[in-house]
Amino acid sequence: MDFRDTPEEAAFRSELRSWFQANLPDGWKDKGPARGRTEEEISREWSKRLYDAGYAGLTWPKEFGGAGAPYTHQAIFLEESARAETPEHIGVIGLGMAGPTIIAHGSDEQKTAHLGKILSGEEVWCQGFSEPGSGSDLASLRTRAEVDGEDYVINGQKVWSSFAHIADYCILLVRTDPQAPKHAGITYLLADMHAPGVDVRPLRQITGDPEFNEIFFSDVRVPRKNILGNENEGWKVAMTTLLHERGTLGFALTARLEVLMRKVIALAKETRSNGSTAADDPLLRDRIARQWVELQALKFTNYRALTSLVKTGIPGPEGSIAKLHWSESNQRLTKLALEILGPAAQLDGDEGVWGGFWQYQQLRSRGNTIEAGTSEVLRNIISERVLGLPRSR
Amino acid sequence: MDFAFSEEQQMLGDSARGFLSARFPSERVAELAGSDAGWDASSWREMAELGWIGLSVPEEQGGAGFGFIEEAVLFEELGRSLYPGPFLATVGLALPALAGTDAIESVISGDKTATFAWAEPTGPQRLDDLESVTTKATGSNGDRSISGDKALVVDAASADMAVVAAGTAEGTALFVADLAGVHVESVSTMDATRRLGTIRFDEAPATLAVEAAQTPNVLERIRLRALAALALEAVGVAQSALDLAMGFVKERKQFDKPIGAYQAVSHQVADTYMETELARSLAYWAAWCVAENDERAPVAVAAAKSAAAEAAVSACERSIQVHGGIGFTWEHILHRLYKRAQWIDAFEGFGAEHRRQIATSILG
Repeated sequence: MDFRDTPEEAAFRSELRSWFQANLPDGWKDKGPARGRTEEEISREWSKRLYDAGYAGLTWPKEFGGAGAPYTHQAIFLEESARAETPEHIGVIGLGMAGPTIIAHGSDEQKTAHLGKILSGEEVWCQGFSEPGSGSDLASLRTRAEVDGEDYVINGQKVWSSFAHIADYCILLVRTDPQAPKHAGITYLLADMHAPGVDVRPLRQITGDPEFNEIFFSDVRVPRKNILGNENEGWKVAMTTLLHERGTLGFALTARLEVLMRKVIALAKETRSNGSTAADDPLLRDRIARQWVELQALKFTNYRALTSLVKTGIPGPEGSIAKLHWSESNQRLTKLALEILGPAAQLDGDEGVWGGFWQYQQLRSRGNTIEAGTSEVLRNIISERVLGLPRSR
Repeated sequence: MDFAFSEEQQMLGDSARGFLSARFPSERVAELAGSDAGWDASSWREMAELGWIGLSVPEEQGGAGFGFIEEAVLFEELGRSLYPGPFLATVGLALPALAGTDAIESVISGDKTATFAWAEPTGPQRLDDLESVTTKATGSNGDRSISGDKALVVDAASADMAVVAAGTAEGTALFVADLAGVHVESVSTMDATRRLGTIRFDEAPATLAVEAAQTPNVLERIRLRALAALALEAVGVAQSALDLAMGFVKERKQFDKPIGAYQAVSHQVADTYMETELARSLAYWAAWCVAENDERAPVAVAAAKSAAAEAAVSACERSIQVHGGIGFTWEHILHRLYKRAQWIDAFEGFGAEHRRQIATSILG
């Protein structure tokens, strides 16, 4: 047991720090806290810089253009990106979900066609999994794909798709056998978002921002060679994607929470009321300390899961709690920020503190316990798969 | 970065679990909790022979020469089995003050048990309060005696000797006093597996263990070790409560289904798992910080002790809840785990007390 960086890890960390220092876009740091959608142009430029420097796809095998680095490097990269508050890579879905799934199940042709472009940010990907009628019960999805010659013809609707408005490709789950049991009639496709019949509409959320989109497919033709895995065996492939969505997220989320924690501490010190600061209030001090403890617990739990991933190739079962706990902790922390603001917490525009940053964060956090597996589903997963309790359905 | 125990440390944990589950199954713990003595003196010698008592004492002083991580592994298992006996008092509290004294040999060998007497009825309640000690030490080298009342002394009745905080002309120092012939009284405590007592020293003979100038440092070391040890113990208690809950909800049937199939039940168990694992991560981190004398040790133990004690308390509460009526009976072991969890929560102050320290460190 040793919580210090190895000399090699420390060197990588300090290399990253200087690289971020030298390469962050001009004026980025003075921009103040951002809200809403990823800013496309900055994000595209940033992705290219990361790619050129060899920091995109750190853990991807070298043969696919990755760095073949250990998972600890990915963890350090995420920590340092959050610490430096860098822009986001444009290919969140491509790097974290589509790419690893293509590596696991793709044909050589598919790997050659997409992996390099995902890393460079040239190809932006989105996810077409959820539907209006299929949320937690994903396998009940109804978007149809019918064979016509060399193509599938797609009809249906997908929802909660971030990046769809700028995406070039979509990892798309469709029903190819309506007669089969629901898990057995699903096929996983790589769909061109520029094909005729694809209609993307912004979906406005409780924050007021259209971070997500709806995608409508009307007689969209997807070549049959764009299938990932085999026809009607898409569920297995989708599980690879979800494993990556939930599995590698812990560090990124925790690092982001750490940034927010630092901002809450700064906010408490600068927010004055009745002649003293929020940081002097014993009740707020206790709650800030509690959040800090939760953050450390999350951080070290991620380290434990990471150690077991590095040593055994599979993340430890404790990793399953990262997203669940992060989402709830993030909700508590952002609400605490509003309480620190006090009566001024309603001011979410230029008149408010930090231009509405905290109001946005607090409202956005309500989605955290719903997206990427609701907390109810995650508790079922812990109960049934980690603890071996009887199935609830 | 490497967050895993070594093979040797895992073997120590496995063998400790084996020994403790053989000697202290829950019926035996209940039996001892109901007995006058409250502990099993005969197994103490075995624990000494296993090398547990002097585990972190350097070899030249007769110990096994390991570090606090190894000790932490033991404390988690001791908590898990709800071990009733003066291990925390002897190893967690008294031992660091005994280093370099003649007394240490008889403690490591298992001949003598020890405790630490610092709190007073009208004086200090916590380890970090040196100012308000009213117990006095008089005399000089070779002919010292101490007088004063001590309270909340951990396992006072099963200890052969006590490290005592007492005032001298140079300030508060630590003395070793034999408890034979001294008035020790056990008081009624919620947790009968770890009792508290009062001690009245009336010109009791004592020897100097730690000079006044060194006492704050030694006391801080004791405090950090004890809080980290209790965080580990709390993780063990929480794990036991979780294991009992998991076992029960898989077997118990109501409305023709195992109750673990109902999400209102299973989600409570999942939450217990989550909180236990989070607390475990903090406790291991704290243990490492203490072992390495890392500068973050004070905040790490404050975080670990507050979170682990609260996790253990709520693990027991949820476990009692999902057990239904049987979990609320005296016969069931759960209430004993619950009381130990509360003992740990109260030690050196409940969670808010430790978060106060964290707030000072992050907010100023």
